[in-house]
Amino acid sequence: MNRIREKISEKSPAQFPHVMMEPERYELSAGSIHQFALHRRAFFKLMGAGVAVFAVAKDALTLQETAPGPRIQPPELPNEISAWLHIGEDGSVTAFTGKVEVGQNVRTSLSQTVADELRVPLSTVTLVMGDTELTPFDMGTFGSRTTPTMGPQLRRVSAAARDLLVGIAAKEWNVPAEGLKAANAKVSDPASGRTASYAQLAHGKALAQSLPGEDPVTPPPEWTVAGKDAPKAEGRAFVTGKHQYASDLRPSGGYIGKVLRPPAFGATLSSLDDTAAKALPETVVVRDGNFVGVAAPSEHQAQRSLAALRAQWNEPSTAASQISNRELFTYLKQNASEKHDERGRKQAGSIEEGLASAAHRLNATYTVAYIAHAPLEPRAAVAEWKDGKLTVWTGTQRPFGVRTELAATFHVPEASVHVLVPDTGAAYGGKHTGDAAVEAARLARAAGRPVKVVWSREEEFTWAYFRPAGVIEVKSGMAADGKLTAWEFHNYHSGSSGIETPYSVPNVHTEYHSVPLILRCGSYRGLAATANHFARETHMDELASAANVDPLEFRLKNLSDARLRAVLEAVAKSVGWPRQKTKEGQGFGIAGGHEKGSYVATFAEVAVDRGSGAVRVVRLVTAFECGAIVNPNGLRNQVVGANIQGLGGALFEAIEFAKGRIKNPHFASYRVPRFHDLPEIEAILIDRKDLAPAGAGETPIMAVAPAIGNAIFDASGVRLRSLPLVPIGLQRA
Amino acid sequence: MAKPIELVINGTHYSSQAPPETPLLLVLRDELGLTGTKYGCGEGQCGSCTVLLAGAARRSCQIPVSAAAGKPITTIEGLEQNGRLHPVQQAFLDAEAFQCAYCTSGMILSSVALLRQNTNPTDAEITQSLQGNLCRCGTHPRIVEAVKYAAKAVRERAQ
Repeated sequence: MNRIREKISEKSPAQFPHVMMEPERYELSAGSIHQFALHRRAFFKLMGAGVAVFAVAKDALTLQETAPGPRIQPPELPNEISAWLHIGEDGSVTAFTGKVEVGQNVRTSLSQTVADELRVPLSTVTLVMGDTELTPFDMGTFGSRTTPTMGPQLRRVSAAARDLLVGIAAKEWNVPAEGLKAANAKVSDPASGRTASYAQLAHGKALAQSLPGEDPVTPPPEWTVAGKDAPKAEGRAFVTGKHQYASDLRPSGGYIGKVLRPPAFGATLSSLDDTAAKALPETVVVRDGNFVGVAAPSEHQAQRSLAALRAQWNEPSTAASQISNRELFTYLKQNASEKHDERGRKQAGSIEEGLASAAHRLNATYTVAYIAHAPLEPRAAVAEWKDGKLTVWTGTQRPFGVRTELAATFHVPEASVHVLVPDTGAAYGGKHTGDAAVEAARLARAAGRPVKVVWSREEEFTWAYFRPAGVIEVKSGMAADGKLTAWEFHNYHSGSSGIETPYSVPNVHTEYHSVPLILRCGSYRGLAATANHFARETHMDELASAANVDPLEFRLKNLSDARLRAVLEAVAKSVGWPRQKTKEGQGFGIAGGHEKGSYVATFAEVAVDRGSGAVRVVRLVTAFECGAIVNPNGLRNQVVGANIQGLGGALFEAIEFAKGRIKNPHFASYRVPRFHDLPEIEAILIDRKDLAPAGAGETPIMAVAPAIGNAIFDASGVRLRSLPLVPIGLQRA
Repeated sequence: MAKPIELVINGTHYSSQAPPETPLLLVLRDELGLTGTKYGCGEGQCGSCTVLLAGAARRSCQIPVSAAAGKPITTIEGLEQNGRLHPVQQAFLDAEAFQCAYCTSGMILSSVALLRQNTNPTDAEITQSLQGNLCRCGTHPRIVEAVKYAAKAVRERAQ
């Protein structure tokens, strides 16, 4: 089994031809585009009679042509469907999307989008999400793409469904459709005063329609349900404990599964004595390649079985496997690939000339540590085999990717694998793979009954993937008038997201350099944009300081991007920048940037105690603009949440490791933000109803670390160039 | 076979067959199906598994089931009364003091314990009471607000 998994992971992540995959998405190995197996007749059988509309993805045909493997062509529905919607005979609206809910609140915002476009009350809309048999294929819930891509698709589906209902009414009343109005789940004819509810119009029908990619949809200024606060969908289930996450499922007759982990990354199994474990009652032991796992009726029994296993492991002896945090950054720099990586690479003008003409020149190196996502719900899955078919409930951001992973691992067609994703206890980019799903499925096959695997916190901190560490080197030049003349920026290992500078520079060279993996790495909220923003915005501050100009003024002087200027100016106005210090140890910092179509600027105030080295973030103010806002209340939660999560990576989070072992795999030794760490936080949301909505889950995290670092410099004169900034407080320079 | 352990959870009597050293959390979740109480770390570090044991907020992952025998236990499932949410639950819902909501049960139970002691807590007292509860989504400011709303509701109810 593991051999097959290794093979999968060797595949290039850039298998989707239309998407240039960011290099730091190391964990992504998905390849194929899938066809849904639901036929029209089956669909109505499942949903009941009514009206259904299917949306065709714009780029689906390209994907289809490049998809490897056998193609199943359902005869009655197009394959390239990205979303669909059903209106039942009772007027209930069910929309289907392959996206998943992991706390970012898209179940609510997408429901608002449907209600808005269909002209129905929000309470009548139900969203079916992340179910590989019920929802259309979706690449995954990542990259801040749900709002900008799934939002418009659901709008088109909803608009088409509305038109279909209007058309039914027009036919029944024998009037032109143009004169009819759809509102509040009804079609009405102002001329005759006739009205019919959507329920009445859908009654007795089994109508399906697909639609082209581009239908006119309601522009943001005319939204009625979207654009306003809406309470979290199914919120009551969360405050009563009734919502069942994947880790809460308890299939009848199910066993609990546990996996024997190697002592270090890359270790292989040399021998296993499972006699004692197998002698325990009701215990299933599986050895398959390097995989060793047990399953038993209870957690207690499964733990006892696991403890009874005696295994010998061979640890790798390569140079990469021997290093620790101490040598990490030297190693990354020395082992960078010589080959140019085009992702994020940009070269214009001449750095030499730019530097030669500069009045101020600066070289600096920045580093970022490995950090863990540490979602509160660890990886979890329940797997069941029945008649050769595998069903898995799991918390993942990529239900269809996990289906592919399972099908490949178990040599079964994808049609024999069903993945369902209950709303999940967070992910932050950390749940793109199907680790727990594969483990549960392997054990379930051996046990002949459902098996649940829930990773322990230590497993989560050790065997999940990390945000890649990195080294960033910046070389810059600035003219006497404060204009940038040269900007050279190299990122080693951490990634290319957000690597390009938004500032105007005639001579520029940015490049990402890949390095072979030391620890398992992958996506993390914002990807490398957080690291690249940290380096860039710290460096900009250093330049401003060297030239003795105000750091905000310096940024604005070099900035033509109106949207980025707007968020910086919004923050400046809110906090009264430039600010006078009123007490000892006080410092202010600012930083900004944009990524994935949204714009952020953050102001930080810190209090530094030079005696003890204690650093306290007193206040964060973040201005954020992501086009038209779909749900202001939900957005505020995401922006404030990203600021607080960003506080951890900025101040103290770091994975400590040596020789393939994680040294701090517990919340007691890996410090994440707690209530005592909370600064005063303000989010300024800029609603641009003239712009299409962009995603918002990631970008608000990006300016937190540099704003804090710059504030620490302002307070203390100490320039910090490594994340985390102050894991043990501020050391004397 | 060990002697069954008698538990009183949300006013209902249960008899557990689990070994006495089994963490209360596992008995609640796996044996009794009360899955509203969450596993977050099993180390008493995250507060996801918080329940009320004889009225005090405790980490159920750190309590052997035998130590909970006979004492009143309240879990998230026991707060709602006759379809009416507890003021703390209502406040969390109204303030939307959650995102993924995996920490919510523990946050609510810790807050209920606080309000039983102190119906007018300061921000500092709330922060202190919730210091052992992690929220990875960063919803902390709203949680503090929700506890304040709830405190107000509790005070008004008492009048």
